[in-house]
Amino acid sequence: MEVYVLLGFVLILSIYLGLELISKVPSTLHTPLMSGANAISGIALVGALTLSMDTHLQVILAFLAIFFATINVFGGYLVTNRMLKMFKKK
Amino acid sequence: MENFDFTNIQNIIYMFSAMLFITGIKMLGKESTAQKGNFISATGMLLAISATAINIVNPLIALVAILLGGIIGAIISVKVKMTSIPEMVALFNGFGGLATFLIAWSQMNNLVNDIAILQFVLVVITIYIGGVTFSGSLVAFGKLSGRINVNKGDVLANIFVSLFYLSLIAVPVTLITLSIYIETYQLIFYMFLAIVILGGIGFVLPIGGGDMPVVISLLNSFSGIAAAFAGLLLVNNVLIVAGSLVGASGLILTIIMAKAMNRTIGNILFVGYASSNSSSSKDEGEVKPINAEDAYLILENSSSVLIVPGYGMAVAQAQHVVRELGELLEENGAEVKYGIHPVAGRMPGHMNVLLAEANVSYDLLVEPDDVNPTMEVFDVAIVIGANDVVNPSATEEPGSPIYGMPIIEVHKAKTVFVLKRSMSSGFAGVQNPLFFKENTRMLFGDAKDSISNLVSEFKEL
Repeated sequence: MEVYVLLGFVLILSIYLGLELISKVPSTLHTPLMSGANAISGIALVGALTLSMDTHLQVILAFLAIFFATINVFGGYLVTNRMLKMFKKK
Repeated sequence: MENFDFTNIQNIIYMFSAMLFITGIKMLGKESTAQKGNFISATGMLLAISATAINIVNPLIALVAILLGGIIGAIISVKVKMTSIPEMVALFNGFGGLATFLIAWSQMNNLVNDIAILQFVLVVITIYIGGVTFSGSLVAFGKLSGRINVNKGDVLANIFVSLFYLSLIAVPVTLITLSIYIETYQLIFYMFLAIVILGGIGFVLPIGGGDMPVVISLLNSFSGIAAAFAGLLLVNNVLIVAGSLVGASGLILTIIMAKAMNRTIGNILFVGYASSNSSSSKDEGEVKPINAEDAYLILENSSSVLIVPGYGMAVAQAQHVVRELGELLEENGAEVKYGIHPVAGRMPGHMNVLLAEANVSYDLLVEPDDVNPTMEVFDVAIVIGANDVVNPSATEEPGSPIYGMPIIEVHKAKTVFVLKRSMSSGFAGVQNPLFFKENTRMLFGDAKDSISNLVSEFKEL
């Protein structure tokens, strides 16, 4: 139970930090910010990599979770980078 | 330190990647540092993944899955056209949600032997948010790419909306039944998985195109929250921090979008625009069409021009010819600005991306608050496939469904050209008095063709 209190603490602080961090973003960057944040949500990959694989079902679930999270990570970062490259001032 | 423990090292590395994520996302919020910020955040991701990979159950399976996913993700990101960015973001987002859904499902199998109520609650919540993110994002993908064409009020939409409400009820019901009948958990649990996926479809299916910017940013927020809950479930700090950051940033974008429409998030998701065709029954006068030659003559004599793009520009893929026209006007001595409404298009910042792709410098882009006070000085405002975001009813007609929505007040410019396919109303279903104003000229036809005609008129001299 103790550990969840601590984790909850981290959760709330991070949400608060996130709200403070991005309270003012120029609308030019709305899409790249969203797409870049989307890439970060691919952090689920880290969770997927720690899954146990004791049963056949768990092997399949872990494989799929890693697979889809990786698409999210690679696709997310690369698309964001492609977009930001276009936002160069002339 | 006799027992060498990977977890401590991992947690220290996770701390560093969390710092990189925070720095990265902060830098993403400024034009000058955005690209570097994305790179820093990617470094944080690489660090976190490497730290996890040093201690892994089945490296071979993980490696194969990462290689496959990496290649597919990279191919999609290189191949995708900039006009398809909204649906791509939706698709990637859905995959992130699916990953957390699968993680929680897998964890359920560990819990059955050794039931702890809190973890059980976390499994159910993570499955719910992850699953709704997944199927909701897929529906958004389908709608944005034109593959799904179901609207609010259709029988199919109504069925799925009921399933969405059912899925909400299913959360507490599943928790209670499972905690009583844990021995026979499988049937109930699988039913829950199914209803969550169906519910996610019902969450997005009735929402119309013009409200997509809100939905996309909300789903983006959900995928982060799902990852954060998966972090609680797996007792993993970096998932919690990174997930919460995404959840918070998505939430802020959602609020910005809702404000730009002067509506609440609840109204956008569950109510939609009231269909009030009655309010537009007053005398509207006549529309005054114009052809490309006459439009050219006016433009040629203009010293300041405001271009206001909307979803119609994206559909016609007219951004390149628009930039060309802008440059020709500048060569002709006119000052050219682009008025960008926050909810123009189908995702936050949609117009900005398209114009950036066409090489329009971003310092030419202005927001409604910047341009409205000086609208009177513009000789011509060219509205390209935008409708609701320039509808004067929002400021002049208190009974209108969109009254109070901040708009770009093009009707105050000396002359307004509206490029439009037909006289149909915009997404909100509200008639637009702008088309009937004294100073408005309608240039009917496909936006790309109309602009190309103007461009060739300029070039003929």
